[in-house]
This record gives sequence, structure tokens and C-alpha cells, in this order.
Amino acid sequence: MYRGRFGLPQAERLLWRAGFGPREGEAQALAKLGLDGAVRSLVDPGPEKLVGPRPHDDKGRRLAPADAWGEDHCWWLDRMVRTSRPLVERMTLVWHDWFATSNEGVGSQRLMLRQNQLFRSHALGSFSQLLLDVTHDPAMLIWLNGNENDKDAPNENYAREMMELFTLGADRGAYTEHDVREQARSLTGWRNRWSSGRGDYYFHFDRRRHDTGVKRVFGKSGRFDWRDACRLCVGHPLHPSFFVTKLWSYFVPVPPDRATLLGLEEIYRRGRQVKPVVQAILGHPAIYDGPRMVKPPVVFTAGLLRRIGAGITTTDWAWIGSLCGQQLFYPPNVAGWDDTRWLDTATFRGRWIAVERLLRGHQHDPGKPPKGFPRTADGVFARSMAFWNAPQLSAETKATLRHVARLAIADAGNEDWKTRQYPVLLGNALRELIAVSPDVQTS
Amino acid sequence: MNGVVCDECTRAAMVRAVAGRGLPAIEPGMPVPAGTGLTRRTFVARSLGLALGVYGAGKLSLFEGGIAEAAAAPQGPILVTVFLEGGADALSLLAPVGDPLYRKLRPSLAVTGGTPYTADTALAWHPSLAPLAQLDGEGKVAVFPAVGYDHPDQSHFTSRHFWEVGATDPQLLTGWLGRYLDAAGRPDNPLQGLSLGGALQPSLATAHLPVASIDGPNQYDFWVPGVWGEVEGRMLDGMDALGRIRSDDAAFATAANVTLQSATLRRQLLPFASDKGISSPVQYPSGDDSFPAQLQGLAAMIAAGLPLHCVALGASGEYDTHAGQKAALTSALSMTAASLYAFQRDLEARGIADRVLTLVWSEFGRRAEENGSGGTDHGAAGAAFLIGSRVSGGQVGEFPGLSSLDDDGNVKATTDFRGVYCALLEQWFGFDAERVVPDGSSFQRPKLVA
Repeated sequence: MYRGRFGLPQAERLLWRAGFGPREGEAQALAKLGLDGAVRSLVDPGPEKLVGPRPHDDKGRRLAPADAWGEDHCWWLDRMVRTSRPLVERMTLVWHDWFATSNEGVGSQRLMLRQNQLFRSHALGSFSQLLLDVTHDPAMLIWLNGNENDKDAPNENYAREMMELFTLGADRGAYTEHDVREQARSLTGWRNRWSSGRGDYYFHFDRRRHDTGVKRVFGKSGRFDWRDACRLCVGHPLHPSFFVTKLWSYFVPVPPDRATLLGLEEIYRRGRQVKPVVQAILGHPAIYDGPRMVKPPVVFTAGLLRRIGAGITTTDWAWIGSLCGQQLFYPPNVAGWDDTRWLDTATFRGRWIAVERLLRGHQHDPGKPPKGFPRTADGVFARSMAFWNAPQLSAETKATLRHVARLAIADAGNEDWKTRQYPVLLGNALRELIAVSPDVQTS
Repeated sequence: MNGVVCDECTRAAMVRAVAGRGLPAIEPGMPVPAGTGLTRRTFVARSLGLALGVYGAGKLSLFEGGIAEAAAAPQGPILVTVFLEGGADALSLLAPVGDPLYRKLRPSLAVTGGTPYTADTALAWHPSLAPLAQLDGEGKVAVFPAVGYDHPDQSHFTSRHFWEVGATDPQLLTGWLGRYLDAAGRPDNPLQGLSLGGALQPSLATAHLPVASIDGPNQYDFWVPGVWGEVEGRMLDGMDALGRIRSDDAAFATAANVTLQSATLRRQLLPFASDKGISSPVQYPSGDDSFPAQLQGLAAMIAAGLPLHCVALGASGEYDTHAGQKAALTSALSMTAASLYAFQRDLEARGIADRVLTLVWSEFGRRAEENGSGGTDHGAAGAAFLIGSRVSGGQVGEFPGLSSLDDDGNVKATTDFRGVYCALLEQWFGFDAERVVPDGSSFQRPKLVA
């Protein structure tokens, strides 16, 4: 448990790790609650309220998340921006990454949204129940061929990933290739219908396609079915350590020490509940004293929108998300996004474009400087900082940006049009540089 | 398993639309280019023809920097790796039609109608790989019918990781090409390790030296609304300066580092900052697939003398064919093979084919026996190909046959992928492979370069 000072910087960091960063005044309000109160307000947020301007596309129309390409991404991004329950939304994102399902393989935004709602409703609930529900979730059944897993010809896809990625982990001695095959048999029987009009529908368990024979899994024998397959994974002695280590990694960039790990496992074993584990992680000193984390792209983007109180006014966010390396509902594969490699020269440019897109419509026209626009380097810098609601920047970053400002103001010299326009051009430029600085990319 | 909703055309159009910039206000006395009303992109494109004078002295150094670095690069060897993601079915790529067990194990999926493979006529090329068969006939392809490693891991992620890092070590974080670049590369050249397709390919992950990741060479600009002229130059210098901030915090240092790499890469790619598209001496497959476009851009970058050394990208298509394998493979392989063929012909037409080798690989092959969903599950040994004018053609390691499968019913490897890596490092780069591949001395090196 963290015992240090819980002030504004700590409250801000908590809001970034457990949500999508502060809205104006939010970090100050959270800091007043103290650590305990702050964490409790996140894990028990009460009913959801959506705060801020409603989302729309570029022509002012309502979003069509189930139908139009990319509007699923924008719809969820909006929810991240406007929600009063940031941790619930952040955990929904965690489960999307944990049980990473891509619409590339599912081919139905409707089914993806249904799965998304499943993740949201289980955000801080029972992991055992979540696993059971995910196992026969239509999008997952299509994605990992659970709907084609037949007793006469088992398909191992889901069986393998449920152990490797969802519950136990590879190369830990938790299961063998034989277990994969036997679990696949336990999971047989799910299927669905398809029509050209409705696509995939009527997902159901068909007893005739289920293998009712005896299976041997993790050294236990029985006439296991899909429920048993889930129960065996969650009950496996190596599951709690896998679960808490993986969950921890979403909040802290370095692995937990042994004592922390054992403590978290102990909490988790009591009932396979997510909330108490998350609560313990959010109160841990590693959140407040530990190293920074690179913000995932949607967290970065939603955070900038929250920071200036802006809403979703364009569907460009979908392809911009893709340029940043994170288009929602399209994780790269069933292992999800690689949280250790968000940044490279391509995704950096994606983030630059995200900021640029956000700035469009907000920038000052250099030809018409606003009344009283500052003309000094420090004045322009302060004005650009105020646009973003004064994010916390390191001394080096501030010095670097002030240096840029001094050079640009000096360039103007005594030429009349330059002395009028350069401060405005500079103010616009500094807004971009502040938002892409290493300080704002990380938290 | 299909139903890709995304309309690539629309998306590409949107990405282009981002360049549709508002024009700056025009006032008397402004320097070109700001006052010309040209967008930055078209301006830079024209500047290629119009020489550098109009760009202003402040920026001249940046532009010249890109050219100078390019010109200073030795015309050295380039290795391109192409990843077939998902575990491509080796028994379809090179169908063992001469093996009596093939039809038994693959009653519905046995591939027929392909050209026999010259070095082992018991194998036949997948009909969609006909372009590779043709290059093979010219002696430009080395074929690995069963490549892998001992104690194969059937996890996509573990097995791919082994191939990417060049070792069966789950903990290793640097890629095999990344470690090579760390030892042999330069501190100021991100293009030495280039991922195409917008994400860093793990094989290129370095510990120290910069590497780059881009979609294409002509799409790497940094624009901001309401910023132009001298102030834009200051902003771009500021990006560079932000990248030079040091920090003890790993995440902060990573963010700064990538900022600096991006600033450097932007300068290197200035000669390509054009909307005109890339003109090639040969025809690439058309359509909205990004793979041929990436290879096309790559050939143009090499021809322009950019300092490329190791390049990694993903092939067209998706190879994790648990279901609907026949149709999925036919389309994925034909686009991949036709693109690779065009790339080779492009390099030949530009006179640079002697500088490039292309390794095509996958994380594993698939189970010998088909499953009940018209697909195959994860297997062990896979197929790989090395393509290029300097390749020592022919078969590397034999096909072990379907009667000697391993305990899981999978094909056993006859070539270790680490031996292939060692051979490439030594014979193509002239570099000591044991500095890159752990236990490098224990792997047999096939002869790969003629």
C-alpha cells in the first residue's frame, strides 16, 4: 500500500493508469479524496453518466457503430472521453486486449459490439464468469473457430489460446500438447447458422456435435464439456499467478516483486474476482513511485480530447487510430497489442497526426492574430500551455520548447508582417510540440 | 472467416485527404513557398526538379542532409525478410504429391495441378506459386521444404518469437537483425533497419541503434495546421530537440528516442515527399493490397540510393488456416508470389538485383492431417524461400516424407532456421554470425549465396 504524499501529480498519474487522464479540475478533486477514497471512487463509480458534447460524424450525423467502417472505433473512443466511469471503460479495453478478437476475422461490427458490452458488464466482476461467457460469445466463436469444433473433427484453435493467452500462459509447464487436444474435445458442440441476409446468427450448443467421451486434462479424467474446460483452467494451480501478473502489466510497466505477487494471488484466490485485485494494484506504491508508462494510443487520444473538453466530431479517429497502431476492434492478433512496443517512427507520426487533427479548427489564423496575442517567446509558450490545460512537463522539456520559441521570435526580426504573424504561427506549432513531447506520450 | 469490412480504398483516400491542407494567408513580402499557395507536399515534389534555391538557406541544410546521407551510403548488400503470418501450410506450398500418404492425410485439401519442383519431383509448387516456380527455373530461388527447430513449439507467438530473435529463447528481446545492426550499423541512420507496413517488425528490434518503421517512402511528413515557413522549420528542429532530451526513465527515454528517430527519418525521406506516386519499370499487381505497393516503394528507395540494409515486412494474406484453407491460401499465395516476382523483375530492370536477397518465412508449418473444418491446425516444420539474383539456387534440406512424422503428427525439420540466419550473416553480410546467433557455431550453414 502506498503511504507517500497523494497530491496532484499522484492523482493525475492514477487517472492515466486507471482511465484516460483528467478532465479540467478532475485531478484536483481526486487529490482531495486521499488515496483510499480516490481508488474507491474509481472501482465503485456508481451509474454511468456521459458528460460532454455528443459524438457525430464529419457531417453532423449520429455515429453508426454497428454498420459504418470505423464508426465502431469512434463510438468507443467517445465513451472513453465522456464516461463518468473511466476505470470500467479502461478495464473493458483490458479485456478487449486480453481476449483479443479482431473484426478482421469476425466480419460483423454488430457481434463485436455485443462482445464489447460483455467485457463492459464484466469489467470488474468475476473472471470465472467472464471466461465462461467469452467461450461462447459469438464473435469469439467465429474468431477462434469454436463454431467449427466438431466431435468428429476437433478444431484446436480456441482450446490452445484459452490456455496459452487467456488463463495459463505458454512455456510455464502448465499444460501439454495432449491437454490442448483433449480440451478441444471438451469444447466441441458450438455452432451457428448463416444466411446471406443475416450473416452469422443463432449461436447455440448442439449436443449431437459434442464429444461426450472421457477426456484427460491436467491429469484429471471425466466427460468434460465446455464449462468443465473453463473450470479446469481457472482452477489450475498456475492460473492465479498468470492472472495477476498479466493484469498487473496493464497498470505497471515492471513486473511485481515476489511479495506483491503472492499477496495479489492470495486476494484473487478468494473468489476469482477482478475488482479486489485491481483495487490492490491501484493502491500499490509501484503506481506512484515507479517508472512511467507509454500511454496506449487510444488512451493518449481520448486523454487529449478530455483535457480540452472536446468531443468526437469526425470519423477520422478510426484511421488515425490505425496509424497510431491501435484501431479498436482490430487488434493485430489473438495475443492483443504489444504494450511494450507502442512507439516507433510510424506510430509516432500517427500520434503527431492525431494531435494535428485535434488542433484543426482550434488553430489561430496567422493572418488575423487574436487581440492581445502575446509577442514574447515566454508569453506565447504560456498561451500554448494554457490551451492544453497546463500538462505537467519536465524542466528539460520546458527549456527545449522555450528555446524553440525564442528562435522563432528572433526570426521575425523587425519585419512588420513577421512580427505580427510569427507569434501566432509559433503558438500553433508549440501546441503540437507540447502534445507530442515525451512527457505527454507517457504518464 | 472473411468479411473484411474495412474498405482499403476509402481508408487510403482518407490518409491522402489528411494532406489536403488549408492554405496559408497571403501577404505581401512573404517568401516562397508560403506565399505561393502551394501545399508543402507539392512544393517539395517540385523542389526535386527546381533545385533547392527556393527552399531558403535555413532549410537547405536539412534537404542536403538527406541527400548527402544517401550518397554517402555504401552500395552494400540488402536483406529483405517477408513474413507469412499465421503458420503457412508447407504441405500446400510445396505439395508432396509423390508421397502416397498425402491424399490419405489430406482427403479434401491435397493440392493438385502445380508444376513439379525441379530438385525433387515428388514435390509440386502450389499453382498460385507459379511465379516462384519460374524464378526457380532461372536458378534464383533456394527452397527450404522443411525448416524449423528441435522441440517445436506450436504457439504462434512463441514460435514466431524464436524466429524473430534468432534463438529458442523466450526471454530475448532484441531481434536477430537488430543485434546484427547494433554491431554493424550506424548511430545516425534509422533506415538501416526498415519495417514496412506501419509497425516495427520484431526481428529488427535493436538494443541501441535507431531503426525505422513507415507505411511507404512518400508518406512521411509532419504537418500542422496554421504553421508554415521559417516557423515550421523551427518546429521541426524542435521535434529533433525534444528527441535529444535524456532521461533515466525508460518509457520517457523511449519516447524521446523515437522522436529523434522520426526527425532523422523525415530528413532522409525528403526526396520522396511527393504526391506523384512512384514510377516503376515493371507492373506490380494492382488493387488495394499494401504488399505489392510496399515492395514497389522499396525497390524505388533502393534505386534512389537510400541507406537501407535490413528490411522486414509481412506478406499479403493470412495463413492461420484453421478453416477454409483452400480458398484462403489460393488468394493469399497468388498475391504474395506475383508481388515478389514483380519486385525481382523491378530490381533487375533497375540494375540493382545483385544487391538484394529476399527471405520468405513463416513461424511454423501445419499439421499433416487436415481437421474437420476444411483447414489444418498448428504444426512443426514449415517451408521457406530465399529469392534473388545472387542466390545459390536449389533445395536446402530435403523433404523428410509423411511416413516419419513426429509424435504430434507434424513434419520434422531437416534444416534449422538458425543455420539459415548464420549463413546469411556470413555469406551475404560478411559478418561473424556467432556475434549474433546464440550457439551459432552449432548450426550447419547451407550454401545460400552464389
